[in-house]
Amino acid sequence: MRLLLTLFFEFFKTGLFAVGGGLATIPFLYNMIDKYQWFSDEVLGDMIAISESTPGPIGVNMATYSGYHVFSLEYGTFLGMLGGIFTTFGLILPSFIVILFVSRMYQKFKENRLVQSGFYGIRPVVVGMIGATAVDMFLSAVMGDAATLSFVNFFSDIKVGALILFVILLILTNKFKKHPIIYIILAGVVGGIFKF
Amino acid sequence: MKVIWELFVAFFKIGAFTFGGGYAMLPLIEKEIVEKRAYATSEEIMDYFAIGQCTPGVIAVNTATFVGHKKAGVKGAAAATIGVVLPSVIIITLLAMCLSFIYEYPVVQNVLSGIRIAVAVLIVNAVVSMFKKGCKDVFGIILAVISFLLFMIFSVSPVIMVVCGVVLGILYTKIKGGNDR
Repeated sequence: MRLLLTLFFEFFKTGLFAVGGGLATIPFLYNMIDKYQWFSDEVLGDMIAISESTPGPIGVNMATYSGYHVFSLEYGTFLGMLGGIFTTFGLILPSFIVILFVSRMYQKFKENRLVQSGFYGIRPVVVGMIGATAVDMFLSAVMGDAATLSFVNFFSDIKVGALILFVILLILTNKFKKHPIIYIILAGVVGGIFKF
Repeated sequence: MKVIWELFVAFFKIGAFTFGGGYAMLPLIEKEIVEKRAYATSEEIMDYFAIGQCTPGVIAVNTATFVGHKKAGVKGAAAATIGVVLPSVIIITLLAMCLSFIYEYPVVQNVLSGIRIAVAVLIVNAVVSMFKKGCKDVFGIILAVISFLLFMIFSVSPVIMVVCGVVLGILYTKIKGGNDR
């Protein structure tokens, strides 16, 4: 019961402060790794992959997935569902309340200078935080468990195949703006064959 | 009562058939909400999206709450919001259950380790495009770099970071506005 409340509260906080769409929730999830060790960097990567390749808003998908994941580890496959429901509810409740207020005066809100200038500062912060997460995910993707930000480790533990795949995918995604699922499937197949 | 049910159904469809969230949802919202049911105009939807971007939470959820509230008050808002998240809850729970049974197999682990590389690429791309859109001046670039370092090295809580971002944004605009005059 305590765990359910903690999950709800953490995702309520995420819903309240993650401004700017689904990807903005990633730093919050990343922060939970630090705080509770609920899941690993690798599991966060799996979550993002699954959330990007299934229907529905990414933020909601990640909330459901992490809630299920954390709760099912403690209470089994079936009860895990409760965790997913609580995190999802926690994530959407703050925006539900905020929008109910905003929709009563939405013209004013849209043109409010304070809102605009506040947002002017939020964007770079969110970019910086997601950037930090990206570096960490890159390191754990090309180095596995040994991932730490140290150049000595970086050159000795790096998986060359994984790094090559990273570079190839980076070029492909920027050259052909196809849907993310295509690259996720491609990388999955390559991973299955070459075993990184 | 009928309107509430229809709102639920319309947003359930939107939740079930759009991949990728955010702007990927726009065409289907347009079709279901604007063309088929005339619950809102195209311009209103664009406005809701813009507001959704600068209010907390998931944009698709914010849009659902908005349309539902406009059409049928708080009950409508609740119906639309539950509608848009329910498909995710069902699909993700089932997937996560299946995955937990096969997670330990070596093949699955290999596939996942490939997929994680793709995810890292996608996130890097997202950061680059968000950086281009959101950090257009020296203030933005410095703030992004400092946030990057604070989050990377000291794991500062994202809540504190976002609040500081708001305060700095307001202060900077005030100071800059003062200098312009």
